[in-house]
Amino acid sequence: MSGGVWVFAEHQDGRIRKVALELLGKGRELAEKLGLELAALLFGSGVDGLAKELTLYADKVYQWDDPLLEKYNCDVYLQLLSDLAVKETPQILLAGATVLAKDLFPRVAGRLSTGIAMDCLDLELGDDALMIARKPFFGGKVWADVACREGRSQIALVRPNTFPVPTASGDITGEVLKQAVEVDPTQVRLEVLEIVRAAKERLDLTEAEVIVTGGRGMKGPENFQLLEELADCLGATVGATRAVVDSGWKPHDDQVGKSGKTVSPKLYFAIGLSGAIQHIMGMDTSKVVVAINKDPRASIFQYADYGIVGDLFEIVPLLTSELKKELGKR
Amino acid sequence: MNIVVLVKQVPDSEAMVQLKADRSAVEVEDKYTLNFFDSLAMEEALRIKEQVGAGKVTVISLGTQKSVEALRTGVAMGADEAVLLEDPAFEGGDEYTTAKALAQAIKEMKYDLVFCGREAFDDSSGAVGPLVAEFLGIPHITVVVKVQVSPEERAVVVEREIEGGKEVIRTPLPVLISAQKGLNEPRVPPVIGVMKAMRAEIKRLNLDALGLSPDEVGRAGAKEEVLRYYRPPERPSVTMLEGEAPDVVRELVELLKEEAKAI
Repeated sequence: MSGGVWVFAEHQDGRIRKVALELLGKGRELAEKLGLELAALLFGSGVDGLAKELTLYADKVYQWDDPLLEKYNCDVYLQLLSDLAVKETPQILLAGATVLAKDLFPRVAGRLSTGIAMDCLDLELGDDALMIARKPFFGGKVWADVACREGRSQIALVRPNTFPVPTASGDITGEVLKQAVEVDPTQVRLEVLEIVRAAKERLDLTEAEVIVTGGRGMKGPENFQLLEELADCLGATVGATRAVVDSGWKPHDDQVGKSGKTVSPKLYFAIGLSGAIQHIMGMDTSKVVVAINKDPRASIFQYADYGIVGDLFEIVPLLTSELKKELGKR
Repeated sequence: MNIVVLVKQVPDSEAMVQLKADRSAVEVEDKYTLNFFDSLAMEEALRIKEQVGAGKVTVISLGTQKSVEALRTGVAMGADEAVLLEDPAFEGGDEYTTAKALAQAIKEMKYDLVFCGREAFDDSSGAVGPLVAEFLGIPHITVVVKVQVSPEERAVVVEREIEGGKEVIRTPLPVLISAQKGLNEPRVPPVIGVMKAMRAEIKRLNLDALGLSPDEVGRAGAKEEVLRYYRPPERPSVTMLEGEAPDVVRELVELLKEEAKAI
């Protein structure tokens, strides 16, 4: 087990994604308990700066740097990552439960003949040094602890906001190991033609620490401006329910719920939404939930920590100005 | 164009899920349905067959008698053939063993495209699709919202959803594609389709027929093992804030700051 604990260092717009940092923190904890090294895996083009940043967290940084890797291509990433994993047999391989990792890692698991735990809520070590991953089943109605006894590496993809971001202590200086980017061209069948990504001022829902979600009670797309203003003062991301998306008020990308995005923020505002089960399944691991609804019987109140029965059109603007006052004091 | 669609019969969102006393398993209320994302996969396969004007859509599932319902829904929508992988040896498997068996069955078929849903409602994993592609040795593309097939070029151009945007990818056939919401609106099976589905023959393949050994499937072949199930921690009961709006709002901000330490 020379390979230790590996963390996939996903990055976007020139920054390591928050979930990757969270896992470097957790990965360090697991590595220390197991007496293993912590390694970060970095794929990209012109990413020397990011590699250096990762040395603050990891003992080793495996860096694949090539124009070929500028855009994610499963066929390419799969070969490079699995080839090294076969050679080094890391005991544990971690990544965020992101779109990219959910596309890549099942296939890595297949190639390494090992298991994979997707969408984990926690990780710990069992008595036999086996990694135990906590996972939701049936949309979070039950949780289960799963482990991979057969096969190496033990692979887990973890939901963002599950672990705290570690502090980069200046003294850990890892080693950057540049890897050759050699792929079998006959195994590269996918061709990424285009990536369209609007410049976003806000974090993606899956990574956001604060989310303000509006439901049908918003009455129309124009009223989401109220939520945008509330989100602005909290550094939050705005979400929508299925009803809102199906009405065409918001794109599917904004949908929180079973058929949309699963979120796990520190603070979740559920505004003008009733709390349909499919919505609850997408947000019930939020740490603190505030519900605002004019119907006192709305089921969202059963899942909330704080509830306000009232007219959102009166309450939300008041809340925004109160928060501005409060946060402005700091 | 020959298309294989992977489907799963899953508990409905509303179904009650109980833990067994020893927490080794769960009991699910008997309310099942075709997995939502699989119905999108099914619809897309049918549309492509209609557009190309030739070929066959085969719907396939691994499971018990319950899975027959998912297959019949597929046939009712318009699938030409239905295949059930059924054997006591498959019990207790995980995504790895499920994908292994599915890939083994598909290998024996003629196929240009394989469709599946983004994830199944029960395990929310989304791993089976990419694993099937790995075992078949074909590329895969997940969370797809648009598919354009060029039969002459034997290629496909798809759009997939990524965080905050879209990716456009081209690949030669065959390929496995996982369907995301937004891909299409699944059709409601017509009455004539439902009638046909009731009579349709479901082809059954067991372990021997697949040519797999017992230690490659089910609990014996599984990589992931469930150690125990439990209930998620309960949220403390809600604190309802009452009074005039400005007072309530002030109280909420105070609570978020002092009690919840969330701002």
